[in-house]
Amino acid sequence: MSLDGLGMRKLREKVAFGLLRLAMLVVVGTLGGILLHVVLQGAGVLGWRFLTDVPREAMTQGGIFPAIVGTLYLTAGALLVALPLGVAAAIYLSEYAREGKTLAVVRLGIGNLAGVPSVVFGLFGLGLFVVFFKMGVSLLAGSLTLGLLILPTVIGASEEALRQVPSTFREASLALGATRWQTIRKVVLPAALPGILTGSILGLGRAAGETAPIMFTAATFYSLRLPESPFSQVMALPYHIYVLATAGTHIEQTRPLQYGTVLVLISLVLGLSLFAIIIRTRMRRTKKW
Amino acid sequence: MGPAALSEPNRLHGSKTRREKWIQRFFLAAGGFSVLAMLLIVVFLFKEGIWLFATVSIPDFLFGQAWYPTYEPADFGIAPLIVGSLVVTAVSSLIAVPLGVAVALYLAEVATHRVREWMKPAVELLASLPSVVLGFVGMVVLAPLMQEWLDIPSGLNILNASLMLAIMAIPTITSISEDALHAVPRELKEASLALGATRWETLTRVLLPGALSGIGTAVILGMSRAMGETMVVLMVAGGAAQIPSSIFDSVRPLPATIAAEMGETPFGSEHYYALFAIGMVLFLITLGFNLVAAHISRRYQQKGASTL
Repeated sequence: MSLDGLGMRKLREKVAFGLLRLAMLVVVGTLGGILLHVVLQGAGVLGWRFLTDVPREAMTQGGIFPAIVGTLYLTAGALLVALPLGVAAAIYLSEYAREGKTLAVVRLGIGNLAGVPSVVFGLFGLGLFVVFFKMGVSLLAGSLTLGLLILPTVIGASEEALRQVPSTFREASLALGATRWQTIRKVVLPAALPGILTGSILGLGRAAGETAPIMFTAATFYSLRLPESPFSQVMALPYHIYVLATAGTHIEQTRPLQYGTVLVLISLVLGLSLFAIIIRTRMRRTKKW
Repeated sequence: MGPAALSEPNRLHGSKTRREKWIQRFFLAAGGFSVLAMLLIVVFLFKEGIWLFATVSIPDFLFGQAWYPTYEPADFGIAPLIVGSLVVTAVSSLIAVPLGVAVALYLAEVATHRVREWMKPAVELLASLPSVVLGFVGMVVLAPLMQEWLDIPSGLNILNASLMLAIMAIPTITSISEDALHAVPRELKEASLALGATRWETLTRVLLPGALSGIGTAVILGMSRAMGETMVVLMVAGGAAQIPSSIFDSVRPLPATIAAEMGETPFGSEHYYALFAIGMVLFLITLGFNLVAAHISRRYQQKGASTL
């Protein structure tokens, strides 16, 4: 077959698109490969005892129950901080703000907060919460630090959800004589709620997986008891993985426990993300307006 | 209607307006909280970090070649740490930028609707993989493989860390680039196709130039993410505070230094202040990246067909 100009150009397109497809497969394959490897290696240790028992024999035996509980507490605490603040900030951005200097400064603040490295959040949490406010290394200090870390995520998702509420909803409410706040509270917020919750779940997943921000503010590597107050130190899944994999004298011996913990953390984080993504896709499909 | 007739409803209206004003102020304050948080981060990093410079000069700190924080006398030169951070960021970008942009091109223009429905969530899931998990995989899986295949003394090195960082940066680069490609006006693409260009020619000569500023933003944000990422470089980069001579050398990037040493440092010691000073440097570098990204996306924003 002889290739004329067009045939050559078509061929080039085919090759190029093939390469792009290859890139996609490499990226998705990497994700799949990592997940498969962790599931295969970790499934063996996963069981009722592993999930509900405390670590035993210098962490070479037993389970990870305190780390699971610690991560759940930290994540819930982070959401308690970030959700009200984030939604309120999003209401400002979407409902009240007008183009101008103030808005530009606020957007700059949020954008840069999102870009602060997680270890710097850790230093900040140490300086402000642990030392300055004398909270000590505690669940409270860790939750506040993680809450600030996920604040931009929650703001972004909430603002998007609020903006998707059609302006006719607002106009109808205002035309009936409702004030701006009544309109927001009774019309806009309820309509945006599913979107806000989806975004919050994504933030939750991020908070559960972070290690660096809690290293100096909340986490302890070994604790037999569950946290008793907001001022207790806690174990946490990501930190547990780090400690088991890098410190101590039994690194090889505890390998199965490490894989088990990774599997639990991945299930928690990816489970939350997947849940949020599925709800969002379904919402987009069945949207009423 | 005289003024008296209006006074009653007006008063009611006035109190309502006043309440609405306060509510508006409340939400403005909530929006401004992020600005306050940024300021507090700056204050608390500098409040602790600044004490280092009572004993160590700024040039000695930034350009000093030796990082021996626990020696007597100690050395607090972070040049090897900065170089370590820059090297892993650069190498990971070499991997993540082509792959991340390619995936964005594929999702935006090549993939069928059905494939995209599945692949976009997959990329998003990749973004939510906890960094400690990637660090773990790099340490336990990739490092032994590298050591064996390449016959090198240790698999914990620049290349391994860069590969893992690239996995973290790809979703950032892909999702922002894809948004940028979608923002290119449709009529440009249609005009190009109508003139007889193939889809690939349209992609490279019309869409890609049109989305260039967005892709630039994506690349810089991806690099910023790699630069600030902690767990991967802590677990996989090897940890030697040296200026590397090959990609199989071990390095100790800035975030890894903070994370590794803060736990064993007495509160209020010179070393403690030095780690906060490193935090300052890291904060300023990533802030620089983010400001440049914000500037590019504002300055070269695609406002329609006319700005091309």
